[in-house]
Amino acid sequence: MALKIVKGSIDRMFDKNLQDLVRGIRNHKEDEAKYISTCIDEIKQELKQDNIAVKANAVCKLTYLQMLGYDVSWAAFNIVEVMSSSKFTYKRIGYLAASQCFHESTDVIMLTTNQIRKDLSSPNQYDTGVALTGLSCFVTPDLARDLANDIMTLMSHTKPYIRKKAVLIMYKVFLKYPESLRPAFPRLKEKLEDPDPGVQSAAVNVICELARRNPKNYLSLAPLFFKLMTSSTNNWVLIKIIKLFGALTPLEPRLGKKLIEPLTNLIHSTSAMSLLYECVNTVIAVLISLSSGMPNHSASIQLCVQKLRILIEDSDQNLKYLGLLAMSKILKTHPKSVQSHKDLILQCLDDKDESIRLRALDLLYGMVSKKNLMEIVKKLMLHVDKAEGTTYRDELLTKIIDICSQSNYQYITNFEWYISILVELTRLEGTRHGHLIASQMLDVAIRVKAIRAFAVAQMATLLDNAHLLTGNMQRNGICEVLYAAAWICGEFSEHLENPMQTLEAMLRPKVATLPGHIQAVYVQNAAKLFATVLKSQEGNTDSTAAQETSQLMIDRLPLFVQSANLEVQERASCILQLVKYIQKLQQKDVEIAEEVNALFAGELNPVAPKAQKKVPVPEGLDLDAWINEPPSESESEDEQPKAIFAKEEPKHSRPRHTEVDEKELARRREARKQEQANNPFYIKASPSSQKVYQDTPGVEHIPVVQIDLSVPLKVPGLPMSDQYVKLEEERRQKERAEKKKKEKKKRKEKRSGRGKKHDSGPESEEDITPAHQVDIVTEEMPENALPSDDDDKDPNDPHKALDIDLDKPLADSEKLPVRSHRETPKSPAEDGDTENAALQEPKKKSTKEKREKKKDKDRDRKKSKEEKKKKKHKHEEKEEDLLGGQADAPVVQSEETSEVVAPPTSTNPEVSDLDFWLSNAPVPSNTQEATTVAEAEAAPPPEAASGTAPDSEPDQPQDADTEEAKSSKHKKKKQKKEKEEKEKKKKKKHHHHHHHSDGGGEESVQNGTVEEEEPLPPMSNYCLLAENSYIKMVYDIQGNLQDGSQVVVSVIFENKGDSFLKSMEFNVLDSLNSKLQRPDGSGPHDGLTVPFQLPPGVSNEARFVFTVQSIIMPQKLKGTLTFIVKNEDSSTHEKLDFKLHFTCTSYLITTPCYSDAFAKLLESGDLKGSSVRLEGVNMPFHHLLARICFHHHFSVVERIDSCASMYSRSIQGHHVCLLVKTSGQTVSIDAKCDEPTLLGNVLDEIKQTFSQC
Amino acid sequence: MIKAILIFNNHGKPRLSKFYEHYTEDTEQQIIRETFHLVSKRDENVCNFLEGGMLIGGSDYKLIYRHYATLYFVFCVDSSESELGILDLIQVKVFVETLDKCFENVCELDLIFHVDKVHNILAEMVMGGMVLETNMNEIITQVDAQNKMEKSEAGIAGAPARAVSAVKNMNLPEMPRNINIGDISIKVPNLPSFK
Repeated sequence: MALKIVKGSIDRMFDKNLQDLVRGIRNHKEDEAKYISTCIDEIKQELKQDNIAVKANAVCKLTYLQMLGYDVSWAAFNIVEVMSSSKFTYKRIGYLAASQCFHESTDVIMLTTNQIRKDLSSPNQYDTGVALTGLSCFVTPDLARDLANDIMTLMSHTKPYIRKKAVLIMYKVFLKYPESLRPAFPRLKEKLEDPDPGVQSAAVNVICELARRNPKNYLSLAPLFFKLMTSSTNNWVLIKIIKLFGALTPLEPRLGKKLIEPLTNLIHSTSAMSLLYECVNTVIAVLISLSSGMPNHSASIQLCVQKLRILIEDSDQNLKYLGLLAMSKILKTHPKSVQSHKDLILQCLDDKDESIRLRALDLLYGMVSKKNLMEIVKKLMLHVDKAEGTTYRDELLTKIIDICSQSNYQYITNFEWYISILVELTRLEGTRHGHLIASQMLDVAIRVKAIRAFAVAQMATLLDNAHLLTGNMQRNGICEVLYAAAWICGEFSEHLENPMQTLEAMLRPKVATLPGHIQAVYVQNAAKLFATVLKSQEGNTDSTAAQETSQLMIDRLPLFVQSANLEVQERASCILQLVKYIQKLQQKDVEIAEEVNALFAGELNPVAPKAQKKVPVPEGLDLDAWINEPPSESESEDEQPKAIFAKEEPKHSRPRHTEVDEKELARRREARKQEQANNPFYIKASPSSQKVYQDTPGVEHIPVVQIDLSVPLKVPGLPMSDQYVKLEEERRQKERAEKKKKEKKKRKEKRSGRGKKHDSGPESEEDITPAHQVDIVTEEMPENALPSDDDDKDPNDPHKALDIDLDKPLADSEKLPVRSHRETPKSPAEDGDTENAALQEPKKKSTKEKREKKKDKDRDRKKSKEEKKKKKHKHEEKEEDLLGGQADAPVVQSEETSEVVAPPTSTNPEVSDLDFWLSNAPVPSNTQEATTVAEAEAAPPPEAASGTAPDSEPDQPQDADTEEAKSSKHKKKKQKKEKEEKEKKKKKKHHHHHHHSDGGGEESVQNGTVEEEEPLPPMSNYCLLAENSYIKMVYDIQGNLQDGSQVVVSVIFENKGDSFLKSMEFNVLDSLNSKLQRPDGSGPHDGLTVPFQLPPGVSNEARFVFTVQSIIMPQKLKGTLTFIVKNEDSSTHEKLDFKLHFTCTSYLITTPCYSDAFAKLLESGDLKGSSVRLEGVNMPFHHLLARICFHHHFSVVERIDSCASMYSRSIQGHHVCLLVKTSGQTVSIDAKCDEPTLLGNVLDEIKQTFSQC
Repeated sequence: MIKAILIFNNHGKPRLSKFYEHYTEDTEQQIIRETFHLVSKRDENVCNFLEGGMLIGGSDYKLIYRHYATLYFVFCVDSSESELGILDLIQVKVFVETLDKCFENVCELDLIFHVDKVHNILAEMVMGGMVLETNMNEIITQVDAQNKMEKSEAGIAGAPARAVSAVKNMNLPEMPRNINIGDISIKVPNLPSFK
């Protein structure tokens, strides 16, 4: 045998392993793809072999190839094979491969459920660990649902290594299977106080991830986290908690107040930069959440800003970067404190690191004020000149525009300066943002009426010098500005100094090289200019000038008519014909300027980008029905209720214009005018000028802006914005001087361009008045715009499903589906390799626990006293278990209490606890007191409500079970089956209780009251193995379907005494037929070390695997447990003998069977029959069936009245069929099996089961 | 959450890729290429944070990387992770140091030939995108225990394979191809399978 293995491995050692593969790839640099394809062929051959080692090696190589980008999903099944190897080495390779290439649509994943479950319950912690790690990468909703319970059990595993992994993976499970969150949450919360720092950190990690997405559900944990924060020394945990608080504070400002002090302490004390940074961040979040301007917090802001300055000044680029990042958060609420560090931030603009420069730019955006805008932009313009690399320069450009245009040009006091800046920016070469500049020019020119004259002059210059911009034409994004320039010159041509010159500039042949859409604008606006020119020329006596202008148009336009661009062509030919017609009229001496101008009359107003979207559908208006009743439409519009009528700006009573016959357009314009007139946003110069505006839409009536500085309105070359900076300075100085003398504001207002004015800066801030009062026209919105904020959340966000209220008590229906092999039928596809024996016990525990929790809550009102006692007991146990010291006590207790209170009081007790905690003095030491007081307060209510709760109790389990059955995977099963299941489950639950009351689980004591209400008596498969004054052992045996010769014995050891038990060794005298599986290398008589120690009062479970040859006979094995009893002063060696009884039943495995398959089986004639009669059985039939199912691992195939057929299968594949009939107290069981001895023994055991009760 | 952990060398060759979310192989390669592009053009003395890989994540995500000799270690994380914490995780206490301990002066070759081991170490540190353990000693203990188990499983059967791999790993290129002693020329047989 050994020789064979060695020989096999010698054959194998010449197989290529991973290292050889890598080496090979490196040696075949020139034909890598070819080499790899031959390797893949080899791997395919290797995968075909039976030897698992060869397969594992192949899979290992595939994992590497996957990293190189090769699709290896074709080997998914082989990966599963390797995963299920019993050797850790191969298992690990398999799981690694799976974690790298499995995903939700990998179909073989559904084959892994049982394998993973088996590994999770493996006695080897690394098998479990590797399975958890793998699962964390490829968990699917199905896996999450099926394994949630197993993983939850592992959260209480004895090994911290497993616990932390199990806790962490729960997050993934929650994401895939949100229903598991509520049942698992109590335990997760418990893990926050795990004695092992790794587990604690994992729990904090998971809760932080959860809370980040749905913070409000986790507010109630704040006290607990607060305690952790003040007690923990692990920086990782601290950072996570502090980040979490950052997410929580916006929801609860009181929490913020409480946090400030400990956080400031941390800031002062910590040496870890990462922690310091997160503290500062959270303090900022707190300060944001508190209403700003609270005087007592200015110290904290100062502290933060000061610490951040240190970070920014640090030579470490990372700190600098983060400092700037955090600074930008402060900026939002406390701009003043940041503005004092402007020097530092401007300095960062010179940094060599682009990320830092960009961050600094972001900061600048928020730092500008009316006072420093010009200065900052000037600095930025310098950087634009210096900047190398177009990306950064483009970034600068957009930032300049952003800074200037933010909040409706709030900080711009001098628009001439801004226009010059824009014009200067056009000199940038190769920028992509020409359209941005263009849209700014358009926006300013349209909305700031006072600036139009200046803007037009500038644009005319631009058009004149177009050749400077359009160096390399099409590729150059900057030519977009010509679009704006042409439009502005055309639209506001009345301001043009020399329209003729501009017209000529626009019709230059070179224009034809511009992009089509710009040419189109040129053509259109040339026509507008033409109209203007015509108007001025017609006034003269000499009519030749006008005719010459027409001739110019007629000469130049054909160039555009030939354009390849449709738009240009169409416009050009239209206008050409028009001009030709005009020329004809001119030759007849007809005055036509008026009429030509009428073509372009009216003013264009900006429309808000969201205007279309904001048009509300009026109430009662069915968009489909409209077509049938057209007349009703106008009515419905008039009847619009004012409620929908919410505009961004507050309005005074708004006179409605109801001129019936007026055109819609006119009506709207009128309404808009009216609205602007009444809008408080516009500062009216005087009531009279208001009227003036209404009557005369022209500008002429108002004195033209007399700017008190002599900016030349026509700048011959390109303007220098700098001169405006200087002029602005002077102006401000002058103004200040004037101001001192007397209030002369009125004069200013007279100068303004229009009657209604928008004083963009009320005198408040720095006493800076804008150079000219500007009328910033707001964008037009539809009449009934809805104030909608478009923060639609991503509907696909998996976290949405996790928005679950965690404080509500658990309902009965909310349980994790427990797929216990005892009773749950499976889909036929999985029939073959269904269940494995392991992990029965922990599963039960957790079900029980959940159930029990719920029970607690419901019953507590009735038995509050009893319960209290139990709580205490439980509490003690917990303390022992955690070895956590007294510090944990109050919090645990308060949680318990709040759970108790939950149902009767409608208000959430945890929240009220939180209130209490929050309203307390912010000194950390008070926390515990507070919680205890809260507990005391919370205690009375249960009694008050005790009357109602229990009444509903009896029905609940039924419903819950149905729901559960439905929710579980097996819902496809027949109704009948469901019914049976229900019963079985119920029984099972009892069993749990029972077991725990004698098995002594952590929560055992809480079950005392449960049984009497349940229709079924308790059941347990665990029977006593041996017991003495120190220890008690109970055991259960389960077959392993995947290996027909293995059974797993689960033994629960309970420490009964008050001393510490350790070095437990479990040994069994093997028989010929049954042997205890011992690790490789140990002798046949060596004992197995029990992998844990038992503190007093604690119980734990260990599993031992036995190999059995024949399963047809029951047998008994003698064994001994040796252990050391350790007291404070002494330790003694003790032993305990026991007899393990392997019943035939324990070789049976619950296997579902469909009735047709069952019928076929019976008809096949291979089975031999036998029967037994049970007398004096007085229990309901379904109880009877449930017992058989439960104790003897059968499943019900079909039940008709008092007759039922049942089926089970042995681990070696024997079929066992039962037909159970009952009449009165007699039960007759006819049975068939292909192995008569086995059948006889099973029947004997069934008989014995019922004779006992 | 950590969305991905990538290690590649100065030429962008992947040495380890661990994605905690599923992407197709092609997308994965594209992400690696893009990340390499972003990271490799940065100077040595600039900050280690990068915003916005286009393919991975989006605005909430950051690339946090470190560059050691020939290798880049890149973590793609979202805003729930502390930037400095992750940097520390890469270097100061955890990842690279652990590799260093486990491989005794780790170099790129170790990662090239033992990517599976690197994965195993990583699995003790980060699980499913969340940081599992930050204590280096704990990580090393667990990794060692698992390696020991692996060895014991290989047992006697593993011995010949180990011997062969030891021979394979000998630095063969240094062996003379031809040995010339006077007139006698001995051709050293080429052992392609050993290479």
